[in-house]
Amino acid sequence: MKIKKQSDDDVLEGDLTPMIDMTFQLIAFFMVLINFTQTETDDRVKLPDSSLAKPPEIVMEDPIIIQLTDQSEVIFGRSTLAVNQLQSSLSREYQGIQFSGRDPKDTTVVIRAHGDAAAGEVQEVIQVCQDVGFENFALRAQENIQTFKYIAPTSGP
Amino acid sequence: MKVRNRRRGSDKIELQMTPMIDIVFQLLVFFIMTFKVVSMEGDFNIKMPQAAPSAAPPEQMEFPPLKLYMTANENGDLSSLTLNEQSFEGNNPFIELNRYIQQEIGLDGGPGSARETAEIEIGFDFNLKYTHVIGAITAVSGTKDQRTNEILPLIEKVRFTPPREE
Repeated sequence: MKIKKQSDDDVLEGDLTPMIDMTFQLIAFFMVLINFTQTETDDRVKLPDSSLAKPPEIVMEDPIIIQLTDQSEVIFGRSTLAVNQLQSSLSREYQGIQFSGRDPKDTTVVIRAHGDAAAGEVQEVIQVCQDVGFENFALRAQENIQTFKYIAPTSGP
Repeated sequence: MKVRNRRRGSDKIELQMTPMIDIVFQLLVFFIMTFKVVSMEGDFNIKMPQAAPSAAPPEQMEFPPLKLYMTANENGDLSSLTLNEQSFEGNNPFIELNRYIQQEIGLDGGPGSARETAEIEIGFDFNLKYTHVIGAITAVSGTKDQRTNEILPLIEKVRFTPPREE
């Protein structure tokens, strides 16, 4: 078997055009999906899932986001507090909202609590918010479309 | 100034592909690094003013006020689920609860119907895991049509029982 030796065998020859095409496809895919909005989320909080959790059609303006981890830590703004330290920061926020002319009674407090957090602690956080003066609450869950864990699907009215 | 114009048939412009491929790879790596997969988040709204909520007078309400209570074992898992003296058991009590609510409340909602006026108050043990509370709220708030994937609301007025004084 005679092996023909190529004249220059340290240069890799090959058509790079398909590779560039695939690379451009990948770039276009990621460019379309890139999302620069910074929603206040902390990785310590893993939301419970619900098949009815649908992102609201009407975007609410300036909600207050309070997060609760399963280790009983409250994350508000950029600080991690205990439940009993929350009231002072919240009342400052309340006064800030009043000062800027908005009505705190219209402000929604979004509570992102870890699925394994004690429900009683969530109630305590809600109680603190009520004491400060907030009235509208939204409990956040993540969307789970795969399994009907909590609701029995119907075939419609 | 002598401008030399090479007219030798076809003027071939040679593009240097290597730097372009390098920059393209840089861009690709940037986008891959900044890509984050997040699941969509939705909210369940509960309105709880500080003042004690006044229930609508019984004649206006087509449905008696519902009280749901969930007890927990020491791990925080659901041990029992009771609605107005009726208890739901089994592997997945939330689905049973959902079916029951669908039967009682019905899916049609006009003004004054059961769906519009029904209220539910949810209570639970302190150490119950929060996912079960969300599960209960999901089970009573609505159902999904299997064909159109549309969400059909059931009970819209949800509130929590005030925490017991310890």
